[in-house]
Amino acid sequence: MSFLPYAVAAWLFGVGIYGVATSRNLIHLVVCLTVVQSGTYILLLAIGYVGAGKAPIFADIPLNSKVVDPVVQTLTLTDVVVEATVVALLLALAMQAEKRFGTLDPDELGVMRS
Amino acid sequence: MSRRARLWLLAPALAGTMALVVWGFTGLADFGHFQGAYGNLLAKVAVPERKATDIVVSTTFDYRGFDTLGEEMILFTAVLGLVVLLRELRGEQEEEEEAHDDQEGHAGREHRTSDALRIFGFGMVGPTVVLGVYIVTHGTLTPGGGFQGGVVLATALLVVYLAGRYAAMRKVSPLPLLEAGEATGAMAYGLIGLGGLIIAGMYMKNFIDPGTKGSLLSGGFIPLLNIAVGLEVAGAFSLAFQEFLDQTILLRGDGGSE
Repeated sequence: MSFLPYAVAAWLFGVGIYGVATSRNLIHLVVCLTVVQSGTYILLLAIGYVGAGKAPIFADIPLNSKVVDPVVQTLTLTDVVVEATVVALLLALAMQAEKRFGTLDPDELGVMRS
Repeated sequence: MSRRARLWLLAPALAGTMALVVWGFTGLADFGHFQGAYGNLLAKVAVPERKATDIVVSTTFDYRGFDTLGEEMILFTAVLGLVVLLRELRGEQEEEEEAHDDQEGHAGREHRTSDALRIFGFGMVGPTVVLGVYIVTHGTLTPGGGFQGGVVLATALLVVYLAGRYAAMRKVSPLPLLEAGEATGAMAYGLIGLGGLIIAGMYMKNFIDPGTKGSLLSGGFIPLLNIAVGLEVAGAFSLAFQEFLDQTILLRGDGGSE
């Protein structure tokens, strides 16, 4: 089942996009966005995996050990940080929307603007 | 747009995107057989060159240090935006609620937190801070680093909130201090990079002697960058937590904790 991690990544991506497009609540929409991003973590880590490789930390393994790719792990770290901040910002925007329009339903936001 | 129309619009677009994604995935190396040129190179040269044993951290803060500067700025700007958005909201609500705020008062809310939770929580604060500092400072040696340790440090604040009261949390973490911590961390990262320009002739170049492998101060300027990032992340996340909690408490009109 060597394609399984890729299948999981694609599934999370698709399901998340579907959730974002059909969401009826801004908080739910933000959570769906995190599902999309979870797909990118799985994808990055799956790409970098080397069969039977160890973590790229040489504190207690010999220098010539086989390790997984450190670059994609670094990219995943960046991904996580960006996601956390974007989610925080989007939640603040959702609170503003709720305050201004009295609803969290994206469909009603435009209608109530008048 | 009606929901039905939106679904009909979504279906072909999503199907097309997913087809492209699956097609793209078929071009990837089989799971477990990836041979990344940069990753393989770094796994070989990073430890002899930088003496830091955690390659993920030496990649993040040294080989990709300039990208991390951008990442830090994303964090800084996003939290700044969050604070601006929520404080505007708070200003309005405070005006509205100023009148009955005086009457209700904040007394008599303490009893909601059980003794067990309070004792356990206050016992947890110290270990959480120690763990956070450990993860920040040992990032060059073992898994961890500024980002991860900073988040652990910020959770110490949430433990205080959980265990005690909102007022106690505000006392241990005054907003100006958090703001200053976040800004100092962000600025320190940029200044350490500038040190590379002045001393080694290139921005973000590691200009400190890497030391010996396995010692706490190995990796040259990587421990310094870890501390700068740890400070910024701890400040940024504490600030975000606090702003959201402020909102919750204002909305509930509640001075205590659940």
